[in-house]
Amino acid sequence: MPSAPYLGKDLVGLEELDADQIRGILDTAEPFKEISERAIKKVPVLRGKTIVNLFFEPSTRTRISFEFAEKRLSADTVNVAASGSSVQKGETLVDTARNLEAMRIDMVVIRHGSSGAARFLGERIPSNVINAGDGRHEHPTQALLDMLTIRDHLGRLEGVRVCIVGDVLHSRVARSNIWGLTKLGAEVAVCGPPTLLPAGVEELGVRVFTRVEEAIEWAEVLNVLRLQLERMHAGYIPSLREYNRVFGITRERVERAPRDLLILHPGPMNRGVEIDSDVADGEHSVILDQVTNGVAVRMAVLYLLAGGAPDKAEVAKHGVE
Amino acid sequence: MTRPLLLRGGRVIDPGRGLDEVLDVLLADGVVARIGRDLEAPEGADVRDAGGLVVAPGLIDVHVHLREPGGEHKETIATGARAAAAGGFTAVCAMPNTDPPVDDPAAVGFVRAAGARAGGARVYPTGAVSIGQAGERLAEIGEMVAAGAVAITDDGRPVSDAGLMRLALEYSRTFGIPVASHCEEKALSRGGSMNEGIVSTRLGLTGIPNAAEDVMIARDLILAELTGGRLHVQHVSTARGVAMIREARARGVAVTAEATPHHLTLTDEAVDGYDTNAKMNPPLRTAADVEAVRAGFADGTLDVLATDHAPHHYDEKEQAFDDAPFGIVGLETAFGLCMTELVEKGVLTLPELIRRMSTNPARAFGLPGGTLAEGTIADVSVLDPSAAWTVDPARFYSKSRNTPFAGRKLRGRAALTIVGGVVVYDVAAPPPRQPALERRHA
Repeated sequence: MPSAPYLGKDLVGLEELDADQIRGILDTAEPFKEISERAIKKVPVLRGKTIVNLFFEPSTRTRISFEFAEKRLSADTVNVAASGSSVQKGETLVDTARNLEAMRIDMVVIRHGSSGAARFLGERIPSNVINAGDGRHEHPTQALLDMLTIRDHLGRLEGVRVCIVGDVLHSRVARSNIWGLTKLGAEVAVCGPPTLLPAGVEELGVRVFTRVEEAIEWAEVLNVLRLQLERMHAGYIPSLREYNRVFGITRERVERAPRDLLILHPGPMNRGVEIDSDVADGEHSVILDQVTNGVAVRMAVLYLLAGGAPDKAEVAKHGVE
Repeated sequence: MTRPLLLRGGRVIDPGRGLDEVLDVLLADGVVARIGRDLEAPEGADVRDAGGLVVAPGLIDVHVHLREPGGEHKETIATGARAAAAGGFTAVCAMPNTDPPVDDPAAVGFVRAAGARAGGARVYPTGAVSIGQAGERLAEIGEMVAAGAVAITDDGRPVSDAGLMRLALEYSRTFGIPVASHCEEKALSRGGSMNEGIVSTRLGLTGIPNAAEDVMIARDLILAELTGGRLHVQHVSTARGVAMIREARARGVAVTAEATPHHLTLTDEAVDGYDTNAKMNPPLRTAADVEAVRAGFADGTLDVLATDHAPHHYDEKEQAFDDAPFGIVGLETAFGLCMTELVEKGVLTLPELIRRMSTNPARAFGLPGGTLAEGTIADVSVLDPSAAWTVDPARFYSKSRNTPFAGRKLRGRAALTIVGGVVVYDVAAPPPRQPALERRHA
């Protein structure tokens, strides 16, 4: 294995990576896809490594996806959920970090409600830290699996017009997608009610739409964000019904598009709010492909952080060093 | 009776009287006894050579948080008063947002008595505007003034009810004290932890827009005009805030206003990397705002330098950015930062800086000092404007270390701090420091 790790010690966000590194992760994911199609879904790439999945926020999809990726690479994994852990007894993040350090963990996958939490942890422990979502900041593996899915279906990312639709203000998925896609040469737009668009977002090099019809007119790919019910209670939008009427991705809107759209959603979906069922389940939707790709992308990230190299992935998965 | 103190051959700067000359200054019986050339040392006088140094009326910081009572793990009145002295300040005004808050004459008396025992800078208490700083009913302002409060403020928990603010500005006129206002519309800042803009968007942190400050500055200026009360706007951070204060003063509104060293020198870029020592309220703003605050400080619109010294324990700052408290310490870096970043870079002259650190704060809060006129209290700051040093938080006298300026190379620091004719800080013979409270990492 090379001495200079391909991704550095941690994967905190796509803002810190360059285009080659991002492309390298996507390329590394390709050979790992096949492992999940086997009868015996296990290779010894991370044998003997201990990984903690440290989830301070509830998550089903991302946690399970990471856990499958870890187990299929033969790592020993422990899941820690915030409820019932010492976190609820008032332990600080820094004490959690020091305890993990004392137990000589190889890698930590962290999901936390505060922006910057993954970086905070990474700066304080020698283990590799993977950000599985920190506040509104980044969710890099989600963006990577989104990008892999787009590339699978369109054959390229460069020049592809991707519009991220919905609650961009509170979305770490949006931020990671903006960094990753723009670095690989895609054209990116965001669309949503102005109350849910962050200040100065156009300075990140994205186009801004406040009418979903205009976004659909422009885009080849829609990445539809989950609209959380809390946003209505906090007054960002008057009602979910109105949101669906004004910003919802409906069959009618998709059919009026000037070209075939590719529809992504990071899940979990609110059917009938940000996306209608007949779109989510329709021929343009690649939502389940995203889920499948999620495991491969996370395997790639784990492998690269453990010291692997993109061009060695095909060999490594056969257990030949 | 303390020994007379003769400061020989310093550059004596007294901005209120337009004095800037190399002279001797004799302090005796707790007052400035004489200023002149080749003064004769009285019998038994302590004679200090002030050659190459600046002799100024004592620096005054009208905005500090000393945390006592209730937050003694962050700072005490004693440690805060000594930190002030080490920073060249002879007096500070302690904010009332303690636990419990200073909202009655007994609490004012406690702060005053603890300050008198501290052996550092003078500590002037301020009182809360409202009972419990709850923003509902006026506190006993007259009783607190009688007990020694020099201003009222709900700093930290700003008065949201415009009607109550009006009453405070009206009622305080009887006592001739200012109402110091932390201008923040909570409905616009709620949940925010840094300036709203491209940096907050990148970092995924909730932003506090300039408008949260601007609408409150506008409200308070209009209420000051309505009532004839004395408004003191704390820590102005926005370009529009500076412009509105400039315009109101030109109209004759009785308003004074603060600039802080950090709003004069840092932008919201300092938050990058989630540095909790760059988290304060109001937040660090954009380069355009810093430029406007500097211009307002230079032209005197922001006529008072104040640090908003806000100590926090390392456990509180070593958290995720959202969870960390607002505020940084400032007493021990203020003069050096202003010398290095403002005077040496030509933003304003040293006499004008001293005006904003001594003359103007004394006038704004009606405090003794702020001048070296013969017969005034012998509060004197002897400053070494060219001393080069590096900010090392481990060497602070404050109990807390939360500064974004660690490692910064500065020129200018206190040489001798004199309160009532007594030396309370001498850089050549510094008093012992507390051991640094810092977490050791493996």
